[in-house]
Amino acid sequence: MELERAVEDAVVDMLREAVTTIPPDVQDALRAAERAETSEVARTQLATVLLNMREAEERGIPLCQDTGVPVFFLTGRMFPGLEESIRRGLARATEEIPLRPNAVHPLTRRNPGNNLGEGSPRIVYRPTDDGFLDVTVMPKGAGSENMSALAMLTPAQGLRGVKEFVLETVARAGGRPCPPTIVGVGIGGTADQAAELAKESLLRPLDVPNDDEQLDALEGELAEALNCLGVGPMGLGGRTTVLGVRCAMAYCHTASLPVAVNLQCWAARRASRRIFADGRTERRQ
Amino acid sequence: MNLRTPLSERTVRSLRLGEEVAIDGRVHIGRDEMHIRALEMREQGKEMPFDMNGGALYHCGPIARKSGGVWEIIAAGPTTSARMNSLEPLFIREFGVRAIIGKGGMSGPTLEAMQECGCVYLAFTGGAAVLAARSIKKVERVEWLDLGMPEALWIVEARGLGPLVVAMDAHGNSLYDEVSAGVEDNLARLKGKLGR
Repeated sequence: MELERAVEDAVVDMLREAVTTIPPDVQDALRAAERAETSEVARTQLATVLLNMREAEERGIPLCQDTGVPVFFLTGRMFPGLEESIRRGLARATEEIPLRPNAVHPLTRRNPGNNLGEGSPRIVYRPTDDGFLDVTVMPKGAGSENMSALAMLTPAQGLRGVKEFVLETVARAGGRPCPPTIVGVGIGGTADQAAELAKESLLRPLDVPNDDEQLDALEGELAEALNCLGVGPMGLGGRTTVLGVRCAMAYCHTASLPVAVNLQCWAARRASRRIFADGRTERRQ
Repeated sequence: MNLRTPLSERTVRSLRLGEEVAIDGRVHIGRDEMHIRALEMREQGKEMPFDMNGGALYHCGPIARKSGGVWEIIAAGPTTSARMNSLEPLFIREFGVRAIIGKGGMSGPTLEAMQECGCVYLAFTGGAAVLAARSIKKVERVEWLDLGMPEALWIVEARGLGPLVVAMDAHGNSLYDEVSAGVEDNLARLKGKLGR
């Protein structure tokens, strides 16, 4: 019971942190972007972003009205009642913070008002033998999520095909995903796995390099090319189209080359907690 | 420059691409479902619970809270306007809207309706929800709350809603079209330069 309560409280607490503050690595990237812009329109967009971010943090209110649909990543020790605890926490957070009630039935569009529904929120489970549970939440807004794309390339299209697909996806998205964005790229696996890799790769902070040397180089090359597209902040033109690119991969079928792109708006919100077996909770970066 | 609603056709036609403005006065907040219901009701000849002639329509689904019987807007940044691409040309012609506030821009048919009727698109910074909420001084009323909080029609009083950039003018020009032409050229050039 104590553990269930700890998870519920942690969910409320971490959602509050996530929707009212921007992680330090993203803040730094936004400030650097503002300094790099030369056009007045682009600078105004980023100055407005930074001012809004400060106001939200000072006043403890959601920095964007689209508080998204939260995606939960659970790694560690699982226990019965875990999912119910998360759902209770989310319903409470929706009321208390408040979050915008975003979850609706996909066909009737009925809105239950508490962000809960069949399959919502999405929870990714990664059980391990550790004595604790790590919970990370990513509130994902629809502006950027709606620009997600999946391509089942042929092996012959290769790395070049992957790069072209990422460039095309970001170019076509224009101002709709609230650029400057962070671009998550999932390479390989099955179709659903590629999409999951793309989303999960967005959790890695912008100042942490990729463990895989080849992917790290690809991230750098893609970021440089994407920032030559000229989409700019909010699609109004400028030098900063992306704050960074994150790549992740998995082995795939010899006949396949799936690539998924998941875009994250500048409001790259995330928060993490470690919950121990006795209910003790620790904030994690 | 601050513009006060209702806006005249002359004012709107005088605005230039890239100009920075802010909005004072009554603003109608609505998005997907609001457009659909309003257009359905108009088709059925029903009376509208609003008058948007000369008005500003803000594409936004706010977070609002009712305390002591009064609605308060907590966060209210712009939503992606492109979702309303198929609905907006008719909406502009039917309801006489003079300014659309949103993010990301809209497509050709909307630009044509804007030129024809005298209407502009004002780009607001996506995610600027706290700044927007601060400039909304009062909720006059809310209609169609059965559509859910984000999809309802909120009629509010604003002071200094902005900074807004004139991104589509009333003469058939769009900053997004200019940017997107450049992006297409850059995309072709960058693809040619890609390493293996």
